[in-house]
Amino acid sequence: MPHPETWLQVRPEGLWCEPGGFFVDPVEPVQRAVITHAHADHARPGHGAVLASAETLAIMEVRMGEGRAGRARQAPNWGEVLTLGDVKLWLQPAGHVLGSAQVAIEHRGSRVVVSGDYKRVADPTCLPFEPIPCDVFVTEATFGLPVFRHPDPAAEIRTLLDSVALFPTRTHVVGCYALGKCQRLIRLIREAGWDGPLYLHGALLPVCRAYEAMGVPLGDLRPATASAKAELAGAIVLAPPSAIADRWARRLADPVVCLASGWMRVRQRAKAKGIELPLVISDHADWDELCATMTDVDAPEIWVTHGREEALIHAAAAQGRIGRPLRLIGYGDEEEGEGAPLVPEPVTGP
Amino acid sequence: MIAFAALLERLALTPGRLAKIALLRRFFETEPDPDRGIGLAALTGELAFSAAKPGLIRALAESRTDPVLFAWSYDYVGDLAETVALMWPERRVNLPPPLLADVVAALAATPKADLPDLVATWLDASPVPVRLAILKLITGALRVGASVRLAKIALAELSGGSVAADDIEEVWHGLSPPYEALFAWLEGRGPRPDPADAPVFRPPMLAHPLEAADLASLDFGRFVAEWKWDGIRVQLVSTPGGRRLYSRGAEDISAAFPEIVERMSFDAVLDGELLVLRDGVVAPFAELQQRLNRKSPTARMMAEYPVQVRLYDILFERGEDLRVLPFSERRARLERFHDRETPSGLDLSELIDSPDLATLSLLRDGARAASIEGLMLKRRDSPYVPGRPKGLWWKWKRDPLSVDAVLMYAQRGHGRRSSYYSDYTFGLWRETEAGGEELVPVGKAYSGFTDAELVVLDRWIRNHTTKRFGPVREVEHDPQVGIVLEIAFDAAQRSTRHKSGVAMRFPRVGRLRLDKKPQDADRLETLLRGIV
Ligand SMILES: [Zn+2]
Repeated sequence: MPHPETWLQVRPEGLWCEPGGFFVDPVEPVQRAVITHAHADHARPGHGAVLASAETLAIMEVRMGEGRAGRARQAPNWGEVLTLGDVKLWLQPAGHVLGSAQVAIEHRGSRVVVSGDYKRVADPTCLPFEPIPCDVFVTEATFGLPVFRHPDPAAEIRTLLDSVALFPTRTHVVGCYALGKCQRLIRLIREAGWDGPLYLHGALLPVCRAYEAMGVPLGDLRPATASAKAELAGAIVLAPPSAIADRWARRLADPVVCLASGWMRVRQRAKAKGIELPLVISDHADWDELCATMTDVDAPEIWVTHGREEALIHAAAAQGRIGRPLRLIGYGDEEEGEGAPLVPEPVTGP
Repeated sequence: MIAFAALLERLALTPGRLAKIALLRRFFETEPDPDRGIGLAALTGELAFSAAKPGLIRALAESRTDPVLFAWSYDYVGDLAETVALMWPERRVNLPPPLLADVVAALAATPKADLPDLVATWLDASPVPVRLAILKLITGALRVGASVRLAKIALAELSGGSVAADDIEEVWHGLSPPYEALFAWLEGRGPRPDPADAPVFRPPMLAHPLEAADLASLDFGRFVAEWKWDGIRVQLVSTPGGRRLYSRGAEDISAAFPEIVERMSFDAVLDGELLVLRDGVVAPFAELQQRLNRKSPTARMMAEYPVQVRLYDILFERGEDLRVLPFSERRARLERFHDRETPSGLDLSELIDSPDLATLSLLRDGARAASIEGLMLKRRDSPYVPGRPKGLWWKWKRDPLSVDAVLMYAQRGHGRRSSYYSDYTFGLWRETEAGGEELVPVGKAYSGFTDAELVVLDRWIRNHTTKRFGPVREVEHDPQVGIVLEIAFDAAQRSTRHKSGVAMRFPRVGRLRLDKKPQDADRLETLLRGIV
C-alpha cells in the first residue's frame, strides 16, 4: 500500500494527485482541477477541466464571467464516486460556504480527504460538514490557536440588532466578505426577526442573487449606493471590509463600523482596524472544531495547509497523530478581506 | 457582570462622545442596584484592587492549559489577561456568571491563598468578555474608555433633565459606592444627598476665548485683567470633613501633590493655578508634566519640581458660599483671607493695571515667557457661575507662534474622521552631516484645518503616497513637491525624547500654504532660536 505522500504532492501550481492526473485548488491555470469552493484563493480562472460541486461552478461563473470557470465542467452529486485515472474520488459537503466540498481520494487502499476550508457549526446557507474517516486528513488552520473560539453567531447578531436599537439614527455598516459571509449574515439577521430591507454595497449583490437562484432566500435587499443618506439612518448596510472605513462609507449617516470576522475575537485587532462593533462570526473552523474534527475523522496523519500550522500539529501530536505542514502557497484569508476583489475579479489571460 | 463587561468592551471601541454617553445611560437605566453602582465606581476609578498579581493569572492559565499552546497564544495576543480570558477552557457548569457586586465583595473578604480557586470558579462560569473584565478588575488594570465626566453626564440624563451634571459634581465626592442614594435622587425616589462637611468638588467657572469680533463690543472699564498661566487649573478644598486637591475635571489629585495638601490648614474652597515655581519664576509646563505623570511623588521629585498654587478666586470661606458675590468682592475676601492665613506656597494672582485695551494688548504681546498663555479678563460684577457663561470671563490668548513645515506622514483619524487622512506628521529642514539638506519630523497636528482643507489634504495624500508603514502613509516631500502647512503652536521646548531635539505645545494646522513649495518651509534652527 503506497503511502499517500508518494502520490499526493505539493507542486508550485498546488496539490498534485499524480495517479489521478489532477490538482486540488491549484493557484495557477492547469489542465485538470478539482475545486473545493468558489473563494478567490481556491478557485482561479483559466483551467482546462474543472470538477466541483454544481453550486461552486455556478458561483464561479457569476464571479469570473461566463465560460471562465473552466473549459469543461463536471459537477458530480454529493457522494457520487468517480474514477479518475487510478483513483476513486467523491465530494462531500464542507460546511464552509454554499457548494463547498471536501475531496475524498482513494488510491490502492488508502484514503486522503482534502477538506478545503470548513466549519462545523450550523449554517443556514449551506450543507453541514460530514466527517469521512480517512488515513490522511488535509486540514486548514486559519484559526489554529486556542484563543480562537467562535461564540454563538445568533448571539453576535443580537448584539448587532441591540446596537441598531440603541442608535436609531446611525447606520450600522457591517464589513463582510462577498461570498458566504455576506449571505450567512443576511440569513442570521432574518432568523433574528429583522424582516426590513438590508442595504448592500454593489460588490455583494451578484453572489446574493446567485444564492437566491439556488434556493437560499435572502429577503428585501437594496443597493446602498442608490439610497439617500436619510434612508440609511437606522439601517443595516453590508459592504466589503475594504469599503467600511474608506471613502465609500462617507455616504452613510454617522456610521457604526462593524466587521464580521473570526479575527474580531482579539480586541486589539478590532481596535487597530478602527472597528466600533466587532462581530465574531466566521466561516472557518475554530480551534475546538479543528481539534474535534481530527478526532472525528480519526486519521493517523494530519497535513496542515494554511494558517497556524505549528499549534495544530502540536495538538495532533497530543492526540497521538502525526502532523506535518503542507507548504502550499497562495491561500490567503478571505476573512480579512484584504486585497479581496470588490467586483467580479479581473480576468487574467489564460 | 455581563452588562458591565459588554459596556467596557463597547466603550473601548467607541470613539464618539455621544455614543459613549448613550451606552453609559443605558447601563445605568437597565442594571439593578447595587451592580450599577459598583459599575459606576469601577468606571470612575473608585475601585482600586491589586488583589492579584499577573503571576497569579499566569499560574492559573498554566494549570488549565497546555503550556506550549499558552506561550504561542500569549505571543499572538500580547496581553496576559486577554489571552487567558480567550483560551480558558469552556466547562459546562451550572452557575451563572458572578454579579459585579459579588466579585467586589468577595475580593475584599477572600484571603490571598484562596484567591486562585475563587477566580477559577468565576472564569468557569463566565463567557469571554466577563472573564476579561474579572481578570482586569482583580489586577487593577481596568481601563475605561470614558471619562468620569461622561459618566456624570449620562447619570444626569437618567434624571430626565431635573438634575444637571454639575449638580452631581457638587455632591459626588461626598458619596460612596454603590451610590444607592444618588440613583434614588436621580430617579425622583429620594432627596438630594447631603454632602454636609465633605470636601466636595465645585464645578469651576470657565472663560470664553476672546475673538476679534468680541473685542470691539467689550466695555473695558467693567473688567479687570490677570495673567493666564500655563499650569493646571486646580481647586483647593479644605473643610472640617477633609482636604482635597482637585483638577479642573474633578479628579482628586491630592496624592500627587502632598506638599500642597499639607499647607491647606484653613477652612475654604479656593480656585487657582498649579505651577512649578523656582525663585518666583514659573517653569515651563513640561516640568509640571513630570509631576502629573506620578500618582505619588518621590522626595527627590518634590525637591526637583517644587510646586505652588497661584490663587485666582475664593468660592467658600468657613462654610459660607461666596459664589453669588461679584468678582470684586470675592477678590477682596481672597486678599483678606490671604493676609490673615499667610499660607505658604500659595500666592495671589496679580491684578494687572491698565488704562485701556490698547495698552493691555501691548502688555499681552510683550509677555513672551512660555509660562504665560495670555490674559484673563473678568467682569468686576461677575458671580462665580459653573460652566462657561457668555460675557463674564474671557481668555485672551496671545497670538500663537507659527512655523511653515512640510507634511511628511499621514494617518487616518478616528470616529467621524476614520475615512480621512487627518493626522499629520510635519517636518522642518536641517543640514545633514554630509552637508546636504533633510527634513526632520518635529511634531504632529490633528486639528486646526477646515473641512474643505481636510478634503484637499486627504485627496493629495492618497495621490502622493510614496510608502506605507501599516496605517501610516509617507507622502512626497522633496524640495519641489510637497505640501507646506503653517503650523501654529503655543510654545516650544527642548526635548531629548524627540529626534529633532524640540517639543511643541499644542501644534495645530494654521492654514495650508499651497502658495509655497517645501523648499520655502522653515528650518529647524528657526524653531530652536525661538526657545527661551
Ligand atoms: Zn474559503
